[in-house]
Amino acid sequence: METVSLPHLPDYPLHICLFKDVNNAPFLRQQLLEGNTDFEYAFLDASILLSRNQVLAACFRAINDLLQDRLKSRNVHSEIVFSLSPNNNISESFRRFGVAETSRHILAVKVGGVQSQIEQHLKGSVEGNLVPLTDEQFAELRDESRLRKVYKIGATGNEAEAFVIGSMALKGS
Amino acid sequence: MAQPPPQQPLRTLPPPFNTSAESFELIAQGAESLLYRTTFLSPAQPAALKVRPQKTWRHPTLDKRLTRQRVLAEARVLVKLSGEGIVAGGGGRKVKDPKKKNDGGGDNGGVGALRGLVPAVLALDWERGWLVTEWIDGVTVKLGIYQRDLAADEGVLRGLLGRIGRVVGLLHLAGVVHGDLTTSNMMLRPTRTPGTNADAMARAEEERGEVEVEGGLEGDIVLIDFGLATQSVSDEDRAVDLYVLERAFGSTHPKEEGQFDEVLKAYGESMGKPGKVVLRRLEDVRMRGRKKSMLG
Repeated sequence: METVSLPHLPDYPLHICLFKDVNNAPFLRQQLLEGNTDFEYAFLDASILLSRNQVLAACFRAINDLLQDRLKSRNVHSEIVFSLSPNNNISESFRRFGVAETSRHILAVKVGGVQSQIEQHLKGSVEGNLVPLTDEQFAELRDESRLRKVYKIGATGNEAEAFVIGSMALKGS
Repeated sequence: MAQPPPQQPLRTLPPPFNTSAESFELIAQGAESLLYRTTFLSPAQPAALKVRPQKTWRHPTLDKRLTRQRVLAEARVLVKLSGEGIVAGGGGRKVKDPKKKNDGGGDNGGVGALRGLVPAVLALDWERGWLVTEWIDGVTVKLGIYQRDLAADEGVLRGLLGRIGRVVGLLHLAGVVHGDLTTSNMMLRPTRTPGTNADAMARAEEERGEVEVEGGLEGDIVLIDFGLATQSVSDEDRAVDLYVLERAFGSTHPKEEGQFDEVLKAYGESMGKPGKVVLRRLEDVRMRGRKKSMLG
């Protein structure tokens, strides 16, 4: 698990875990659907993530929108999922970027909270292998063709990052 | 929050930066905006924060609308350019005839070659009036020319002017006119292969101040400050863009003015056929000035 303190948002530390080969995605999805308050996380399907900076940019946008009181979804965690999307369709963004029944690799993000508790809870609830949060890992886990389709891009390497992050930032304008 | 911040910014920053513990170094200030160097996403990642402060003398509704429009226009142009060559289906407005694209910039790919030569947008808030972009390392072209090694071969300067012309050509081919081309709005970034580990390492080295470019005119030309940029493919707009650069160059670098032709030559080469038309149009613009007379 990694705890990231985004510059300019010191009061909102991010606790992030990247799990590879997760066995219980349907269970995790169920907790979100039921609104289980023990599972207030952003569970992202890691196969559709491009880079670490992309994830952090989504978190920044979600927290900033929270602070500005203009969340488009229920809470800051669902907003992180929504922030990744290049368009304004909320349910589509959950479908594409959130945990699905078939998700194999999952990125869990928690805004705020006590690190040790979150780590313990996540490790106990997500059946998968914890791997480091690096661009190399994202490259290994991602589904190139889905990523291309979602962002309408022809390349999925680092050269696409600027366009992807830019599109996320412009969303809703 | 208990301690007073070490260096109070000159102006009040918009949230969330007003409560930030990071440092903000004021780099430039214009009539429209303030430019700070700060960090973004990671304390190790430098970034440029462009703030458009409220103009209290304007009606609040109008002020909000103008600020929103301007922040968004700048960001849209930058994002569009950063998607050059990778966006499936050309992305939005088609730029002239794709065949003509291939005429130009053949030496380095042409289409998509501009991507990476403009700052990447990291975040923005059009309601609060700020835009964060990637920080571009290096010195401005203006400073580079001022500090250049006069003992060096004139070919070095010509090489630089050629790269400027080529980048402007690529920009115009991409369907964007800059609106304020000057040698202060171009950076001379130390060359590195983008998107590799070497890139990350180069960044780290630059952070530690191990790589310093002084006196040389090598490096990639990176265009900055798209605050006045517009999406246009008209010959007139393109010619005026070149004219503004020509005049700015002449007054900023009088000693080098005579070699400006090098810029236009490279521009023509990278633009291909449409470039010829623009260069002819430039001659008209020179005769009458930047503004097209609306009289008669």
